[in-house]
Amino acid sequence: MSDLRELYQEVILDHNRSPRNFGVLEDAMLHADGHNPLCGDKLTIALNVVDEVVTDVRFEGSGCAISKASASLMTEGIKGKTLDEVKALFERFHQLVTDRAAPTDATLGKLAVFAGVRDYPARVKCAILAWHTLIAAVDNSQDQISTE
Amino acid sequence: MSDADVTTTHTPTGSTATDAPFDVERIREQFPILAQRAGDKPLAYLDNAATTQKPHAVLDTLSRYYASENANIHRGVYALSQQATEAYEGARGKVARFLHAAEPAEIIFTRNATEGINLVAQTFGRRQVGAGDEVVISTMEHHSNIVPWQMLCEEQGARLRVVPITDTGELMLDELASLLGPRTKLLSIVHMSNSLGTVNPVRQVVELAQAQGVPVLIDGSQAAYHMPVDVQALGCDFYVVTGHKLYGPTGIGALYGRRALLDAMPPYQGGGDMIRSVTFERTTYNDVPHKFEAGTPHIAGAIGLGAAVDFITGVGFGAIAAHERQLLSYATAALSAVPGLRLIGTAPNKASILSFVLDGVHAHDIGTIVDTEGVAIRTGHHCTQPVMDRFQVPATARASLAMYNTTAEIDQLVSALNKVREVFG
Repeated sequence: MSDLRELYQEVILDHNRSPRNFGVLEDAMLHADGHNPLCGDKLTIALNVVDEVVTDVRFEGSGCAISKASASLMTEGIKGKTLDEVKALFERFHQLVTDRAAPTDATLGKLAVFAGVRDYPARVKCAILAWHTLIAAVDNSQDQISTE
Repeated sequence: MSDADVTTTHTPTGSTATDAPFDVERIREQFPILAQRAGDKPLAYLDNAATTQKPHAVLDTLSRYYASENANIHRGVYALSQQATEAYEGARGKVARFLHAAEPAEIIFTRNATEGINLVAQTFGRRQVGAGDEVVISTMEHHSNIVPWQMLCEEQGARLRVVPITDTGELMLDELASLLGPRTKLLSIVHMSNSLGTVNPVRQVVELAQAQGVPVLIDGSQAAYHMPVDVQALGCDFYVVTGHKLYGPTGIGALYGRRALLDAMPPYQGGGDMIRSVTFERTTYNDVPHKFEAGTPHIAGAIGLGAAVDFITGVGFGAIAAHERQLLSYATAALSAVPGLRLIGTAPNKASILSFVLDGVHAHDIGTIVDTEGVAIRTGHHCTQPVMDRFQVPATARASLAMYNTTAEIDQLVSALNKVREVFG
């Protein structure tokens, strides 16, 4: 059970039960659908970005506790951050959930609760689905910007 | 049901309800992997619908083949090659008897059931299914019995029709009958659902199809290790199985096809062994079954599959089915008693599969937590996304049983599910 509590920390269970920023963001500037075809997890990330800063973000969809809590905590963690900061945060989060040798990164704040995921390789994709979807939403916008 | 209840009120053998000479512990001894422990817990392997474990009879056959019998087949004039050829063709004979084919030539060795279906789609299908024609499948098909037909229909301008299923997971036979007509060129249907456990009334299905002159393919991936299959009694035109679900090796499967159909079908892949003579002007093809087995086949796999079906026959489907029936009914009662658990797939005629969802807990979280208790189950859509959509669930957890499973393992699963509740509250 102690190992399991490392994975299913109280913060994760709480965000699974009561996800923050859950629902539709009307007239969102950017959005992307994320899908994990292997497990059927589906989520949509919608956000507004003004002057390179995330002003609002919401998500909806269905998935396991890890994927739902990850999306929920991610939305909390990126609001008010610049897109560069968001991408840097994703890099650090990715390292946290995949690299067993990585030291605890204090700058991750609440996101550090996902450290336990690294011991469950099959669940890494659950933890990073929301982030991949977020980056896809953001990158699409940049593609559009670059073609204009 | 408390932990204490489930661990003390049942014998671990789980086979006491029948008078068949079936001793599950003797069976288990023949599967070396089952003696493993998962951490500090005994391993409860309940993912047999994904793949079954292998008995010594199969492992020893593979080892012996490579250690002392290995040679390429059908070409060498030396003794070793002839022995390998005899062993390979002997395995074909064993599979033919196992499925009750009229002759060994009606058995084509494939990589798996998926390849068997693709073979039929790309040979029989391409020749028989044209623009405006229809292929009929059902909602409960594995993706391997959906996608090859979608590809074929797209290519040929044909239409894929789908027989719906009921809330318990049964085929709607009236709907099936009404979908069959002059445009239907093939009905491809699963014998036993891998995500619901439903055993379809395939004999009746074949009769409905035959009344309309529609050929039938049956996907026997799940059925063939739980119940005897007699393709002639069923009257089907094609039947596919996969070796690794028959306690045999991975990478080997078999397609049964009625001889007259196989003879008329074009080859699947070109290469060695499938030809009679080759010149740059003209190549003539070999007879069945070799016409469909281009290149050096999985010789060891085929021989291993032969050993596997011998093993199953040795235990006997009567004893296997009685044990598994008792286990399924025990597991159904035990899981139904878990608070918040709902079984998906409750057809009256089902076998060996328990798909379920748990209130407030996603299947993946169930899978991870029970794994820490030594219980291996499958979670996800089980390659049957339309079934998940039909029951409006994103995924299920699935325990699937085989001849070596015990009531003690079911108890271990139930106790692990209690741990899930402890974590999720």
